[in-house]
Amino acid sequence: MTVAVVQFGGSNCDRDTVQALETLGFDAELTWHADGLPADTSGIVLPGGFSYGDYLRAGAMAARSPIMDEVREAAGRGTPVLGICNGAQIGCEASLTPGAFTINRSARFQCEHVYLRVENDATPWTANYDEGAVVEFPIAHGEGRFEIGDDELAGLEADDRILFKYCDENGEITEAANPNGSKHNVAGVLGEAEHIAVMMPHPERVSLPELGSTAGRGVLRGFAQA
Amino acid sequence: MSEYTATVTVRLKQGVLDPEAETTQRALERLGFELGDLRSADQFEIDLEAANADGATERVTEMTERLLANPTLHDYDITVEEQ
Repeated sequence: MTVAVVQFGGSNCDRDTVQALETLGFDAELTWHADGLPADTSGIVLPGGFSYGDYLRAGAMAARSPIMDEVREAAGRGTPVLGICNGAQIGCEASLTPGAFTINRSARFQCEHVYLRVENDATPWTANYDEGAVVEFPIAHGEGRFEIGDDELAGLEADDRILFKYCDENGEITEAANPNGSKHNVAGVLGEAEHIAVMMPHPERVSLPELGSTAGRGVLRGFAQA
Repeated sequence: MSEYTATVTVRLKQGVLDPEAETTQRALERLGFELGDLRSADQFEIDLEAANADGATERVTEMTERLLANPTLHDYDITVEEQ
């Protein structure tokens, strides 16, 4: 059982993610995109970074690289896939997940801690949290504003496909607590099936005690449940 | 076969926030210009060979739908001129 952490040119959260996964007891492997997925891949992370310099749109180039065909096939067979930050942008650009992550409302790169409310605890990625719980994760992105058509967003809400929403420390979903202008404060969503998920905040950056918090471990533990 | 240049303009769908355009507009206003609104768009010029203009348009449309535009965010238009 190997969780493949896919490295593109410009990925930069790949090693952090491997270390966080290994700390939790997973066998994790850095996987250079041109080498393809390892034969025993049982989970896939599309990690954060700036793949291909964010040219055209963040994630646009990586989403169309050959390894993404393998990722799509594996996801279709039920292999869990988690996209984090640039990996979330790649996941949406590759149509693994709905919508798009685009330029922050501020037009600035934002690196800060945010509060997230768990919207649905019946997914592998959120089963270790209680619905409605508030967790504190870091964000670090310039293109993290979740954009999607109103009808499609209503469908996602109705189908319980929203994982996390940006909130204040009391769990209230407010505009002031929305760091990047995301529609409905959405920070993470599910694909067509619950074993495929993307999120802009970084669970791997709050997964080791040395980093001051282990609040993100629950998301990564999803690979054992998905 | 003939040589064509296709011009692809990719712009945000109506209603999609454009923070860079807003920032640019504010900068123009700080310079003392008066303007009603400012929208931004990306433009790509693609040189290619095709049997005719329809063939060139068809290929460039596919390029646009597969990479240059994201259907969640963008509308686009394409013009083709023979060189």
